[in-house]
Amino acid sequence: MNIAWIIVLPLLGVIAPLLANPTRRNQVAWITAVLPFAALLITLYHAPAILAGEVVQQTWYWIPQIGLTLSFRMDGLALLFTLLILGIGLLIILYARYYLSSKDPMGRFYSYLILFMAAMLGIVNSGNLLQMWAFWELTSISSFLLIGFWSSTGKARKGARMALTITGAGGLALLAGILLIGKVVGSLELEAVLNSGRLLVEHQWYPVILALVLIGAFTKSAQFPFHFWLPHAMSAPTPVSAYLHSATMVKAGIFLLARMFPVLSGHDAWFVTVSLVGLATLLLGAYTALFKHDLKGLLAYSTISHLGLITLLLGMGTELAAVAALFHIVNHAVFKASLFMGVGIIDHETGTRDMRQINGLFKYMPHTAVLCIVAALSMAGVPLLNGFLSKEMFFAETLEQSAIGALSWLIPLLATIAGALSVAYSLRFIHDVFFNGEPKGLKKTPHEPPRYMRIPVEVLVALCILVGIFPALLVGDLLKSAGVAVLGGTLPYIPLYIWHGFNLPLLMSALALAGGIGIYARRKVLFQFQSHFKEVDANERFDAWLYQVITFIRRIEALIDKRSLQYYLAWLSVALLILLAAPLLNLSLVGDNVVITPLTAEVWAGTALIAIAALATVVNNRRRLFAALLISIVGLGVSLAFARFSAPDLALTQISVEVITTILLLLALFFLPQTTPKESKPGRLLRDIGLAGIFGGIMATLTYAMLTRPIETISDYFLANSKTGGGGTNVVNVILVDFRGFDTFGEITVLGIAALGIYKLTAGMRLFLPATNEDGLPWSRDKYPLILKQVSQSILPLALLISAYIFLRGHNLPGGGFIAGLITAIAIVQQYIGHGNDWIQKRFYANYVGFIAAGLSIALLTGLGSWLWQKPFLTSWFDYFTWPVFGKFELASAMLFDLGVYLTVVGAAMLILAKLGQLTVVEPYSEKED
Amino acid sequence: MSALMAVAIGILFAASIYMMLRRSIVKLVMGLILLSNAANLVIFTSAGLTSGAPPLLDAATKQPPAGVADPLAQALILTAIVIAFGVLAFSVVLIHRANEVVQTDDLDQMKETDQ
Repeated sequence: MNIAWIIVLPLLGVIAPLLANPTRRNQVAWITAVLPFAALLITLYHAPAILAGEVVQQTWYWIPQIGLTLSFRMDGLALLFTLLILGIGLLIILYARYYLSSKDPMGRFYSYLILFMAAMLGIVNSGNLLQMWAFWELTSISSFLLIGFWSSTGKARKGARMALTITGAGGLALLAGILLIGKVVGSLELEAVLNSGRLLVEHQWYPVILALVLIGAFTKSAQFPFHFWLPHAMSAPTPVSAYLHSATMVKAGIFLLARMFPVLSGHDAWFVTVSLVGLATLLLGAYTALFKHDLKGLLAYSTISHLGLITLLLGMGTELAAVAALFHIVNHAVFKASLFMGVGIIDHETGTRDMRQINGLFKYMPHTAVLCIVAALSMAGVPLLNGFLSKEMFFAETLEQSAIGALSWLIPLLATIAGALSVAYSLRFIHDVFFNGEPKGLKKTPHEPPRYMRIPVEVLVALCILVGIFPALLVGDLLKSAGVAVLGGTLPYIPLYIWHGFNLPLLMSALALAGGIGIYARRKVLFQFQSHFKEVDANERFDAWLYQVITFIRRIEALIDKRSLQYYLAWLSVALLILLAAPLLNLSLVGDNVVITPLTAEVWAGTALIAIAALATVVNNRRRLFAALLISIVGLGVSLAFARFSAPDLALTQISVEVITTILLLLALFFLPQTTPKESKPGRLLRDIGLAGIFGGIMATLTYAMLTRPIETISDYFLANSKTGGGGTNVVNVILVDFRGFDTFGEITVLGIAALGIYKLTAGMRLFLPATNEDGLPWSRDKYPLILKQVSQSILPLALLISAYIFLRGHNLPGGGFIAGLITAIAIVQQYIGHGNDWIQKRFYANYVGFIAAGLSIALLTGLGSWLWQKPFLTSWFDYFTWPVFGKFELASAMLFDLGVYLTVVGAAMLILAKLGQLTVVEPYSEKED
Repeated sequence: MSALMAVAIGILFAASIYMMLRRSIVKLVMGLILLSNAANLVIFTSAGLTSGAPPLLDAATKQPPAGVADPLAQALILTAIVIAFGVLAFSVVLIHRANEVVQTDDLDQMKETDQ
């Protein structure tokens, strides 16, 4: 099985929960779980090979020239994370089924959750750094949705916003770092980056790259000083906290550190920054956790502290420390997920999370209590549980430290203190919640939760014990293969035993345990001491800071942005002028390919027509109708130019578009304001004339310089292969429907979107016909003159016939789908003009949106059709047939494509004109016509 | 001939920029029409000005006659013409919608929609 499925299946699974019947909650949960479970099976299928040291890869090239590939890569590290993400994720799905109340939209919740899961899987299994970054951002976005799930509460919204701002900003830093890495290494493929050895470390950009990558990792993993978002993210539903803050979201930052470890860690800057930040976070988190009365608050700060511990381990730089970090990633995920779920059960059953109210729960829910106590003991690092093992390894490694020179003895000391604090808050959790008298002021009597809500906790707690007793058997291979991935080949001997004999780490553990009990026993003194400090509300500070940033940006914006279209346009023109004029300065006006052609009268007349009509438009710009007519003369002149200079297709297109544009302009004049605002001041007039004049001068120069130089063209290929390869003699049409068919497909899509946009914009728009025109004259009473009616009706069949003819001959002679579509549109518009909208709608129901849809579908299906013959998208096919009566004729798939173009053009043009035309039939006085 | 064409194109550009810099919506729309014509002509001339030789192949030899016009520029412009119409229509409606919201035809007065 392809490993891409491990990501793709959950990604597909995003819609699965929405398909289930929302009232059948079990069904929703089951359907949600199927695809992640399948992904887990695929992972297990690949696991033996990866554990044996293989790296499974799957790469699809997209734009390899600029390093863009879709590439998935699973090594030991990715496998470890994938198992955590999927395993704990499935347990969370089960747990959430019972946690969510019937009022919560369950389908939406699961959908966000699976999106998040897929994004996490994408991060850890990406073989391309940019792709990894895209998934990284997706976790930020999906966690925003999850944290703010109860969006009716302000706390949830603020918490979600803060998490997104911090992790999103970190994501941008990471992107910059990744791009720099790509520049240095020359590739964004993970394989190439990981094999680049000491290239990055020795590069002069190393400090910048390191800083950017670390900002990305630290913001995500809530490391000091970015840790403050994590406690506020606790306003999420508890299953989300259990997932995001045990196995996933915050571990993404840790994952990044581990992933980049081989290429970024070999430098003092890494050791000092990462280990000191980790140490600070470890201590700060452990200390603050002690004072939190909210159960989730306690767990949040404990999470921060344990993340600090892992970061510190990765910062130490020794091989065994890195392995210990990996081990603690697993252990922390397991015990923290079970603790969060346990807290969720307590919250669910008591209605509060305040430890000052919740006491003595052991009596009411002994089963849950035992589970929580075991998990908490693991968090404290008590022997025979998994937390103890990685903590022992951690203590042992702190003793090996020399990163901060003579002061290195501080590290084991501080580690022991952090250990003691961790014991103290774990003890507080156990003692306060489950013993310590009776609950105070609870609204309901707590009892055990539903059977299945406990199962996920039981599974995880069982793992805590089993890993704690048989570490080598259960996680030995996994750690080894992950260790190889992080350390790159060389792996030290990993001492995965419970008993290492009497040694210094064991003494540290004992000290931490005793110290923790001591701290907890004397907690009143500490609480007294802490009450002297005012608690900082991170939310308030964050809001104030955000406000300052926004005000600052606004001030800058006010300087450069005058909020006027003309202002933008003027500056845009100036910028363009500079760009265009600069190269012209070094260029001679006349090139070496001056072709002197005799000036003929019609060229004189044509160019003069264009120029004079354009100038007249400007001069008469206050007389709107007249200006509109002058503009159509310009269009006519342009189409004559096309005809004169060997472009019959263009001439036909231009003249048909000109008709439609003129109708559009007349309609627009009708509903755009009748009055013209006061003319600008003379100064501005002068400025605009100057700007326009210079612009025109430069464009004329450019055109002339271009015309007098030899032309290099790639068209020879098209000319040579048009008939033999594309089956048509009209090369322009063959380019449109065959050589550059993909472009044309994009272009008709744009046209369709523009038409649909107009359709939506005009929905609900009403225009009232003014009683008089702008000069105060009343409108003609005879709205639809008889002659116009008759003529337009009788030319309809003829016009349609011509458009059919133009369409059919398009492949070989001037014509084709675009022109035929425009002619058909003109013929239909003529009917609207002659008879009015009501008359048409009574006789002819046309769904123009359907035309566009049909046209685009035909074009798309024609393109896809080539896949049936294993040819690339839009490969054309043609052949010649002979029919008894008709003789020899040609059939080409390109004609089918051209039909799609035709339908789209007709649909778009008609949708636009008919929609605008219909707006004006709402009249203050309505008069039934005959 | 080249010079004449260049001058005509220059005038078209100048006229379109001037019209677009006016304060009236209607003039902006007209400026857009002129601009798309001007741009199409520039692309057209970039392939050279060929007289009397459209890019059509001889059906018998399946090859072009000598010195035919460049078909590529023509194909590019053909779609550009049609799209310019779509974009123009869209901008007309969009401008109208904006006009409806802020109740002014003066583009200088249109700055305060979002405050």
